[in-house]
Amino acid sequence: MNQKITAGQPSVPMKKGLRRFRSLPFRIEYDPHKKSGGWWIPLLSIGAALAICALFIALNGMNPAVVYGKMLQGAFGSSFGFSETLVKAIPLLLCGLGVAIAYRISIWNIGAEGQLIAGAIGATAVTIFAPNLPGPLYIPVMMLAGAAAGAAWGLLTAIPRAFFQVNELISSLMLNYIALLLLDYFVFGPWRDPEGFNFPGTPIFTPSQMLATIGGSRLHFGLIFALIAVAVFAFLLSKTRWGYELRLLGANPSAAAYSGIKANKHILIVMMISGGLAGFAGMLEVSGTAHRLMYGISPGYGYTAIIIAWIAKLNPWAMIVSSVFIGGLIVGGYSVQTIGLPSSMSLMLQGSILFCLIGGEMLSKYRLKRVSEEGK
Amino acid sequence: MPQYAIDMKDIVKRFGEVTASDHVSFMVEKGEVHALLGENGAGKSTIMSMLSGLYKADSGTISIQGKEVRIRSPKESMELGIGMVHQNFRLVQTLTALENIILGEKGSLWRGTSWMNKKKREIENIADRFGLRFPAGVPVWQLSVGEQQRVEIVKTLYRGANIIIFDEPTSVLTPGEADQLFRTMQELKQNGKTMIITTHKLKEVMAVSDRISVMRKGKMIANLESKNTNVQELARLMVGREMSNGISIKKKQRGKPILEVEDLVVRGTHGNDALKDINFTIFEHEIIGIAGVAGNGQKELAEALTGLIPWTGGRVAFNNANLKVPTVKNLIDKGIAHIPEDRMKSGLAGSLGIVDNLLLKTYRTKSRTKYGLLQKKKNKTWAEELIKKFDVRASDLHSPVRQLSGGNQQKLLFAREVDQDPKLMIAVHPTQGLDVGATEAVHHMLVNLRGSGSGILLISEDLDEVIQLSDRILVLYSGEIIGELDRAQANKEYIGQLMAGLTGKEEAVL
Amino acid sequence: MDLFILLITAAISSGTPLLFAVLGGIISEKAGVINLGTEGIMLIGAVISCIVFIQTGNLFVTLVAAVFAAAGLGFIHAFLCISLRSNQIVSGLAITLFGTGLSAYLGKAIAGTALAVSVPKIKLPWLESVPFIGRIFSNLDLFIWVSVALAVLLYLYMYKTSLGLHLKAVGDSPSTSDVMGISVAGYRYFHVIAGSMLMGLAGFYLIMVYSPNWIEGMTAGRGWIAIALIIFARWNPLYALLCAYFFGGLDALGFRIQLFDIGIPSYFLKMLPYVSTILVLMFIGWKNRHNPPAEPTSLGIPYFREQRF
Repeated sequence: MNQKITAGQPSVPMKKGLRRFRSLPFRIEYDPHKKSGGWWIPLLSIGAALAICALFIALNGMNPAVVYGKMLQGAFGSSFGFSETLVKAIPLLLCGLGVAIAYRISIWNIGAEGQLIAGAIGATAVTIFAPNLPGPLYIPVMMLAGAAAGAAWGLLTAIPRAFFQVNELISSLMLNYIALLLLDYFVFGPWRDPEGFNFPGTPIFTPSQMLATIGGSRLHFGLIFALIAVAVFAFLLSKTRWGYELRLLGANPSAAAYSGIKANKHILIVMMISGGLAGFAGMLEVSGTAHRLMYGISPGYGYTAIIIAWIAKLNPWAMIVSSVFIGGLIVGGYSVQTIGLPSSMSLMLQGSILFCLIGGEMLSKYRLKRVSEEGK
Repeated sequence: MPQYAIDMKDIVKRFGEVTASDHVSFMVEKGEVHALLGENGAGKSTIMSMLSGLYKADSGTISIQGKEVRIRSPKESMELGIGMVHQNFRLVQTLTALENIILGEKGSLWRGTSWMNKKKREIENIADRFGLRFPAGVPVWQLSVGEQQRVEIVKTLYRGANIIIFDEPTSVLTPGEADQLFRTMQELKQNGKTMIITTHKLKEVMAVSDRISVMRKGKMIANLESKNTNVQELARLMVGREMSNGISIKKKQRGKPILEVEDLVVRGTHGNDALKDINFTIFEHEIIGIAGVAGNGQKELAEALTGLIPWTGGRVAFNNANLKVPTVKNLIDKGIAHIPEDRMKSGLAGSLGIVDNLLLKTYRTKSRTKYGLLQKKKNKTWAEELIKKFDVRASDLHSPVRQLSGGNQQKLLFAREVDQDPKLMIAVHPTQGLDVGATEAVHHMLVNLRGSGSGILLISEDLDEVIQLSDRILVLYSGEIIGELDRAQANKEYIGQLMAGLTGKEEAVL
Repeated sequence: MDLFILLITAAISSGTPLLFAVLGGIISEKAGVINLGTEGIMLIGAVISCIVFIQTGNLFVTLVAAVFAAAGLGFIHAFLCISLRSNQIVSGLAITLFGTGLSAYLGKAIAGTALAVSVPKIKLPWLESVPFIGRIFSNLDLFIWVSVALAVLLYLYMYKTSLGLHLKAVGDSPSTSDVMGISVAGYRYFHVIAGSMLMGLAGFYLIMVYSPNWIEGMTAGRGWIAIALIIFARWNPLYALLCAYFFGGLDALGFRIQLFDIGIPSYFLKMLPYVSTILVLMFIGWKNRHNPPAEPTSLGIPYFREQRF
């Protein structure tokens, strides 16, 4: 049975090359206790992502420096550009908060896009079905309707997850496509503006249905609401009993069960909040930016929100920075269209930022370990 | 000079700040049964993991059968003829015993029926030769713990191991199964195998080994012939001081009934009845021990009584009132404390700090939260007092508790549960994986709780612990209580038979 | 009867890209790695196919290019999840975002260009002479046969070979596999990358046969449906065959019904595959509510060897 061994030779001869490898003064080791790196990890990752995409740009025959300069100029170089960047940052921030709260209890909501669209449809429904409300009532009612529609769309993910163990990643994504088709149905069908020369959109809202803008730009008061949402979010998570329950549920669901926390209840609540925030963002989009419901109301804010949340490591305050940064990326993406690059540039950049980010975060948990001097 | 099967010299291994193995030298002669004795955390597993290729030493040399080698992976360890029977079996639960044994075998790509039959015969031959029977064709999770261990042993033999390491092999076995294992080991010795057994159970060491090495706190401190030593000396070497003769338990008059369980039926995860018509009562000032091999309904009993899973039949009364809404929250409010089986899996949230972990059961109370807001400052001072009182050693209140040692984690858990002034404590394997000092501390806490009038349900696989602490012992076997003994009647052999499902004395001739 | 035959044929041809993607997902998940990048990888496979075909006009070169581009993305995912032990979900999402963006970027110039592809058909006169079902076979192209053969081969690979046994062990219990001398990282890398190649093949089929011109985001969620189908098929390649055709049929059905004006707006018919995905998953969840999960035990969990117990 064991002739192999008794033949006298150790069957694992020491190879020269390996010995040389062993004699390196350092080796790379994973250290699970090491805290993942600080604020510089996102910065480095973004830098690495820019470098990767520069490669693709160069392959396309363009000078990456020129392209990036153009993007920077477009997004932050003028007051118009910067206000546009902030306009984009508002829905991104709200959706980012929404997905972040779900990620905190390990619910992978990638349906912010659909929830945002549902909110936009819900808010618009108010203008369609209640054309004669007293003016000042419109904005609050539309806000409620938008948030409620988003929350309901979130529940469509939460209920299958809580009671039928349906993976929320898949269901929330399927619901994105469903919401998108629903939007198309309304703007190409019953809600289409009869005087809009076949433009796929509802009639333009009346002034009382539009959010006020700040100082003549397209920047609307939704910005204030988004910032308030950040503060409330931060307060709830760190100071309240409910925040503690979420923290526990996120850290160890089994321990949470032992302390009497009902996971399903929280899944439903959190998904309603998550969807509600996205739905609210949808309301802001129709009422504050587009002033109507129209085809392609969201250029993928809901997906980008995932990156917003992740760059900020789910920290609400940091999400303000990340949403402005990505907002700038999107606006910059539009401005490079003038030199013949597609705006999907920014989506590509976003994807590679996310790569570099998670890669960088895990890399920072490795460290060089000095092989002890006692070693041979 | 004797020929060494294993010769480890000057082995150093560090994990971060901890030196798990501090210039350890360890020699095993050919054909002997060598016991490696030490407390949990003494460094036994680290040394064995280096032999089996799981860890690499920071420095030091290893020679197998007289040749210096480097063991860089489990595969290389196997090629050197070293086989390890792990404490947590290294079996893929979803595969059959047969598939597990041939796992990793290369060379033959196609696995048709005739090939599998050939292997089956080959493996059955080995199993028969050493009297190691198990069903080969069903997924491993359906086998008993004893059977799984036999699969592990046959696996090492099939791979041509001539040095076999048993890592804490009896910790999950009934006394009867343990005796059978020792007979198998003698059989293997007759066949020229070298064996190492790591354990902290002194009597086992004396029963089975030829030579003994003792480790303490990462250092090798003694190497003796079994026939020249005794249990007392070993205990002193292992712990570093005289071991107290256990804990003295004063006789207490039991008080009013706290928990009455009548005809309790609980459904298990596979749809069968995990508990069948269980009846017992726990009184004040009383520790009830539940003995039994894991998987006979202990988990379900603890989970049902803490509200984690519902029961399908029967009645449970707490403080003379029927439990109608047995939700976890409700039972915590009523005063039932729980030390769960696996402290890091369900007792503590490893990534959170001490304060958050202490709040786990009481965060709903007025003194911890007001108007839905956590009382941050108050909670911090409260946590500081608690960890002082229960002697939890931690660097600070906010670093993740998974960085604490096992003993400190368990003390933290007790601090939280005892602080609620529980009327009933359900403690599941409360000393698993703890060293002697921490084990003693846990036993004291349980006895103090009994002294202050609580009832305690102690579920443990450590029969010595159950016998030492319990006022009454119930033996669970496949979901039923098949025996109840008073402290005075408690007798290890008899309980062992009950644990194996043998009730009648006439059957117990084995 | 004609309609029935038509529907079956349509189900098979719209099920085939799903089938490739599901098979890719199955082997990746069997090794313990979830690949949520399916959608992005399919898109890259499609756009690369389109570009290379326009350049070369050679079907084989196109196929190789698509598969290797997909393998590149698969390698990134494998590196992040296996070597760096990142969160598999986030990494997969990143692949999908990146793939969607890159494919749109690369495809800008060729969007809308109709491809003049002719995919060889396999003639099997003896099968075609069977009444009724024979007519189905007369319409099947080479790649449909390839996908069916792949399903069968993967089934044999997973359940009848030593490698398949190791694959299952790696996905269920990497620590045991490691002790038994099986290279966990090796198996995981291989199957994640091979799985991605199949997803690239799905994109290739989608654009070369199913709808031969590039439109941004043309997969329309098929990658995600494929991920759901893995669960539906219980990680078994032969069930995957049935599930893919079933969903292909739903897709085709929605499309066919539009041709008859039955008063349901086409938008709602197009929702059919998405809605049924959720409903099917709910049904499976309800049916298995008392059973332990059927997925590989260590799915989604990175493996560390040097761990202190």
